[in-house]
Amino acid sequence: MVVFDKPHALSDLPMHYCPGCTHGIVHRLVAEVIDELEIEGKTIGIAPVGCSVMAYDYFNCDMIEAAHGRAPAVATGVKRALPENIVFTYQGDGDLASIGMAETVHSAARNENITVIFINNAIYGMTGGQMAPTTLPGQVTQTSPYGRDVNHCGYPIKVCEMLSTLDGPEYLERVAVNNVKNVKNAKKAIKKAFQNQVEGKGFSLVEVISSCPTNWGLTPQKALEWVDEKMIPYYPLGVYKDRSAKEAEK
Amino acid sequence: MASKVLMKGNEAIAEAAIVAGCRHYFGYPITPQTEVAAYMAKKMPKIGGCFLQAESEIAAINMVYGVSSTGHRVMTSSSSPGISLKGEGLSYLAGADLPALVVNVQRGGPGLGGIQPSQSDYFQATKGAAHGDFHMLVLAPASVQEMADLTVKGFDLADKYRMTAMILADGTMGQMMEPVSLEYDIAPPPEKPWATTGTNMQREHNIVNSLYLAPEALERENFKRYERYKYIEENEAMYEEYMTDDAEIFVVAFGIAARVAKNAINDARNRGIKAGLIRPITLWPFPKAPFVKAESQAKAVISVELSMGQMIEDVKLALDCKVPVTLCNRSGGMIPSPEQVLKAIVDADNGGAK
Repeated sequence: MVVFDKPHALSDLPMHYCPGCTHGIVHRLVAEVIDELEIEGKTIGIAPVGCSVMAYDYFNCDMIEAAHGRAPAVATGVKRALPENIVFTYQGDGDLASIGMAETVHSAARNENITVIFINNAIYGMTGGQMAPTTLPGQVTQTSPYGRDVNHCGYPIKVCEMLSTLDGPEYLERVAVNNVKNVKNAKKAIKKAFQNQVEGKGFSLVEVISSCPTNWGLTPQKALEWVDEKMIPYYPLGVYKDRSAKEAEK
Repeated sequence: MASKVLMKGNEAIAEAAIVAGCRHYFGYPITPQTEVAAYMAKKMPKIGGCFLQAESEIAAINMVYGVSSTGHRVMTSSSSPGISLKGEGLSYLAGADLPALVVNVQRGGPGLGGIQPSQSDYFQATKGAAHGDFHMLVLAPASVQEMADLTVKGFDLADKYRMTAMILADGTMGQMMEPVSLEYDIAPPPEKPWATTGTNMQREHNIVNSLYLAPEALERENFKRYERYKYIEENEAMYEEYMTDDAEIFVVAFGIAARVAKNAINDARNRGIKAGLIRPITLWPFPKAPFVKAESQAKAVISVELSMGQMIEDVKLALDCKVPVTLCNRSGGMIPSPEQVLKAIVDADNGGAK
């Protein structure tokens, strides 16, 4: 009896991610959901620019590599052309919350019927650890070597909180993948975000608080602890918007 | 005879695109091309198509990238400052070998510039729309009929060669009204086995991508693309010649400048000056053939442009600098008058061209 297997939606290519990086976990969760909903054959994924740029090689569904930050606009085009297909973007914090903020906000405002997986690890990983729009106050990075000074470069952006002020989006939830319980919750949220699209409900975004041991300068274990100690207090987990659930309550 | 309707150039582009099978349009308002968007907004919902006003030019070109990835015909339109914003997307379209139709109804620049007609995006369109080694097919209409014809042609060429076709018009072409026939035999677009439409669990996954981390692989892609460009240069150049058989003074002009130049050439002929016109219809590939004749029989060549002189560089290259070439131009939204062009022709005929 097989008790543990690789999801079909995940390719056999070895991933390039650093040891302890949680991209691998989130890739797996997305692939498990695609398998469980039996949508691989009609799913089109959009990869970002950033550490997960080569996600197009790791998922077995059709994939498109977008320009930095533009994945939600590309997804909009794909979904408008192929409304019966399932379209998801997979984006990091620099991609989604800095250079692509306009595309993020407007696709949410339009309630595009797409699924957005948003990896927030508070740093630019691919380019070697620079300050991200989600870098915490005081956090040391290559471009905030004395710690992020909020008087000089402002405050981090809380994406779920901000998008929840819009009438457009269907579903916004923040999860983490730093322990078993959180991983299980993350899976539930990601599944819901895809299920919403299958049911035509609209824009569903799951923000995943992730770790970057390499650029945080921590061991993988310490990085997961840092998520609990620093990240989650600043970025509280939970559902920020669930229109269908709210309407069902009424 | 085909029935004709009176239309604005911008509307002719929009209707021709629909006739050509385009059902997806994304754009952002900017003068002097907004009629394309307005027409699409009205028409698309009635024919099962999609008009969507994007939050920016950048978003619009990336929506185009998304639709093109699925194999559907798609377009966007803008004017000069907006085209600069689309530059990023144009480079990605080229890198991923995606077909698209992009319309630039040019206005004066640089910067916010003005809203009057211009041809000052010639360099941008033909040489450097954005980063990286790539070309776009650049089509320059000189009538409302050609606005429509070249739109249909542009979709065909874009699909055939998997690249962006750009309609490089100007504010005059966009705004002027002329009778136009919109009856075409539309050939079905080619098969697009590369499109990302879902594997249906029947094939390996398709990937639309422009990233090649291994320089050998990226170089290979670029060489392959330039082989295609070479074929296009040899086979797709389009131009019109007017009274060139015995011409000694060659005027080179495209778009609205070519229409002004024709008037001036008629006046010059009335004065006994043997003047003729070469009108490039494709600006990339730039038509070289008519310049062979010019090189052998021209006393002088005049490039007439609504810019500070951009096409003139290609004219000199096409002539191998063997014939003196002068510039007759206006800029910033101004249009040369037939009198100005006639004076340039008379001066050239008197040996004034240096």
